[in-house]
Amino acid sequence: MAHVVLRHRDIPNLNQFDVYKKNGGFSAFKNAVKKMQPTEVTDVVKNSGLRGRGGAGFPTGMKWSFIDNKNWPHYVVANADESEPGTFKDREIMESNPFQFLEGLALCSYAVAANVAYIYLRGEFWQLAAFLDEKIAEMEEAGLLGNKILGTDYSLKIYTHLGAGAYICGEETALLESLEGKRGQPRVRPPFPPTFGLYGKPTIINNVETFANVPMILANGADWYKSMGTADSSGVKVFSLSGRVRRPGNYELPFGATFRELIYGEKNGAGVQDARQVKALMPAGASSSLIVVNGDDKILDTPMDYASVRTLGSELGSASVIVIDDTVSIDWVINKTIHFFKHESCGKCTPCREGTYWMQNIVHRIHGGDGKQGDVDLLLNVAKQMQGKCLCALGDFSAMAVVTGIERFKGDFDKVVKV
Amino acid sequence: MSLVEKYPKEVKQILSKYPPEHKRSAVMPLLFLAQREEGYITKAGMQDIGKILDITETEVASVVGFYTLYHDAKAGKYRVQICNDLPCALRGADKFLEELCGNVGIKVGETTADGLVTFETVTCLAACDKAPMFQTQGPDGINYHENMTINKAMEVIAGLKYAGKEVK
Repeated sequence: MAHVVLRHRDIPNLNQFDVYKKNGGFSAFKNAVKKMQPTEVTDVVKNSGLRGRGGAGFPTGMKWSFIDNKNWPHYVVANADESEPGTFKDREIMESNPFQFLEGLALCSYAVAANVAYIYLRGEFWQLAAFLDEKIAEMEEAGLLGNKILGTDYSLKIYTHLGAGAYICGEETALLESLEGKRGQPRVRPPFPPTFGLYGKPTIINNVETFANVPMILANGADWYKSMGTADSSGVKVFSLSGRVRRPGNYELPFGATFRELIYGEKNGAGVQDARQVKALMPAGASSSLIVVNGDDKILDTPMDYASVRTLGSELGSASVIVIDDTVSIDWVINKTIHFFKHESCGKCTPCREGTYWMQNIVHRIHGGDGKQGDVDLLLNVAKQMQGKCLCALGDFSAMAVVTGIERFKGDFDKVVKV
Repeated sequence: MSLVEKYPKEVKQILSKYPPEHKRSAVMPLLFLAQREEGYITKAGMQDIGKILDITETEVASVVGFYTLYHDAKAGKYRVQICNDLPCALRGADKFLEELCGNVGIKVGETTADGLVTFETVTCLAACDKAPMFQTQGPDGINYHENMTINKAMEVIAGLKYAGKEVK
């Protein structure tokens, strides 16, 4: 099947303006600006069933329809802060199919009547930001961005903005704080960004991959998009596959494809390294609840869509599938994930700031061989105390792998602690 | 020389991205500018930025302290920042890091005697499929080095001696 988001894999040089244009590029945006009402654009996206690709899976069209039309100006922000361990899809999209992403961003801006849009990229992507600046300039030169686009009354400027190394800025309200020139710490929600966003104005924030789907939906129709994927999760998803597989990388598959297709498909992961067995899966990066596999066929044959992954006691999230094989002990995995979250906790709320600190202390002890049986219970207790009590999702994320790791792989911890 | 005197065009271009009444948004790009030459941000640099944006030096410093890509202390000319987060570690990043430290003769957090390279470990750089990997942060910006072996990494580090003459 032809790619929808990773179209550059079918069409060489798609990151060049002329090539993108020749392959139907900008037709959806031109048509929208000239012939459609903004709300009609939102309706098509709503009908397509597109859900946000950043992790939460919130219905995109519905989010756009929440924009507060009594408060102006409106802003649109692209979340390109890709920082979840195991996630590396947005970088490929922006590098290789930048215009499709930018066209989607422009379509959203038109749909919610925003005249300014920002792309918030993680600071490490500074070359990519300069590259996108060039692409934006090319679109301005062609009259697709800037003042009075294509002779209409609609104007749009797109700017890139670099973060500086903070996972928390992927959380949308922390991102807004950061974009406002402050420390990237989350806000209390509600109010949500569509009513109170950038500079206190109504703002729509979506992930890069979400935007990259939009031009294809507008060009081919909501029904075409819904014909792919499952009833609950329509369309295609870019799966970032990492860990102990033979061919790690990004693979675009329709929602509902199985873990087995992703991990073992010859064109995809091509199997586990050294032909070992899959022990555990983390389908949403380091934030995942661990799925027990231990070679169980039924688990590997589970369709990857939001609802089905939930039946395994986990979440699909951003679909960053980390494969853990039977050579790996889960106490080591937890030691890694806690180190990450401790480092990235923003320090604003107490349960997360203190919880990640203490979890790191305890897991160091356990993983270092100095732990006692009581330490495992203590670690589980701290993690559970954090759940549901943090200001933003990061705190809860940090506890996911700890709680499920201990509950589902108890033997791995028993092995390393002193009796 | 102040930041505005040194980089008048860049400062103006940065400020043009944000509504004038919200010019505080420019603090992050201005900090990258201030860090460009020395590899860290001086007290004077923070005062400069505070003046441009009408915010206090403390407010600028709080931003510097929050984000990992800003530095307030001198280190080697290049920071070699190795990712050893879970996905990279599943592909051998810890072993790679240990061997690289052994070959170069410094530990994480240390700088080579010639002041060229400081080793640091970092959290996920969104390149999990190309591990082991690291980035170099120096006068020529941030560059990714992916699918690394020890030999390739040693070549990259040797090359840093001659790289970065031109400040972008």
